[in-house]
Amino acid sequence: MVFSNTFIFGLLTGMSVLISLTLDKDKTVLGLKKGGKMLFNILHPFLNILILISIVLFFIPDPLIVHYLGANSGWYGFGIAAFVGSITLIPGFISYPLAAALLKQGATYAVVAVFMTTMMMVGVVTLPLEIKYFGKKAAIARNTLNLIAAIIIGILMGWLM
Amino acid sequence: MKKHLKNYMWVILFVLFSVGSYLIGFKPGLVIYSNFNEFFIEMISFIPFLFIIIGLFDVWVPKEMLEKHVGRESGVKGIFLVILLAMLQAGPLYGAFPVAYVLFKKGASVRNIFIYLGAFSSMKLPMLGIEIGYLGIKFTILRTLISLPLFICIGFIMEKIVGSDFKVEEVKA
Repeated sequence: MVFSNTFIFGLLTGMSVLISLTLDKDKTVLGLKKGGKMLFNILHPFLNILILISIVLFFIPDPLIVHYLGANSGWYGFGIAAFVGSITLIPGFISYPLAAALLKQGATYAVVAVFMTTMMMVGVVTLPLEIKYFGKKAAIARNTLNLIAAIIIGILMGWLM
Repeated sequence: MKKHLKNYMWVILFVLFSVGSYLIGFKPGLVIYSNFNEFFIEMISFIPFLFIIIGLFDVWVPKEMLEKHVGRESGVKGIFLVILLAMLQAGPLYGAFPVAYVLFKKGASVRNIFIYLGAFSSMKLPMLGIEIGYLGIKFTILRTLISLPLFICIGFIMEKIVGSDFKVEEVKA
């Protein structure tokens, strides 16, 4: 898995850089700089979250994760995933290693899909900010509809994966 | 320099903790380190490549041009463009609210604004790249294909719910 990722992303990157270089050298350099800067900005929150997951996983035994988020957790697992996903404010970016870790420890795809989708689309913590932009009615309607969508996505993912 | 030091405080503490655990043979510390090591290798194996691609995308794709064509009469083409625009962004959802304001100012329909938010939250290209790396291509494609019709529906429903008196306020940070 790890090295096939390196191969695929490396190949894509190599081709993109080559194509970009043949089209415009200055733009390519600018793009590389931008990418590097974005990587540097995400690096320390990323490392922090990896450290946090490493520690938390040490304290939470696998059977516990399987029990609450695994194949037999049913609506209970969905509920936990939707609740945690809706209130937490981890950028989508950084939540993927957590999702991958949960899968490895025995959580189901359906539960992980609900967790990821609510995390991305529903924001209870950011609701006050959202209300300022869109007004109360629209903000609450958007979050409710997205929560429903997340559960539909979870059910379908569990069925298809 | 001081700022960097502060940013990396946890990383530095963790390195010290790991080295310490190794020296005195502290078992839990070693297990935690081996967890971390596995995650770190997974991350470093593709994330840097991804950011090179994101950087190149950023300089080559003219986002401003797309923003102009998502107005009230834009129909299917507008939906398509607004999704494309969202896919080229990066960052957390609250970063999309100011863009929603810009779209509103430029005359985007209620429907397209909420389709934009949906696509922004779940179809950003940088994020899809990370998703493929961590959860696999099958998961990513299926989730995207299921999400897409759902948030287009949400766009239509939102238009019905909030109607014509909807407006996006500018919020100053």
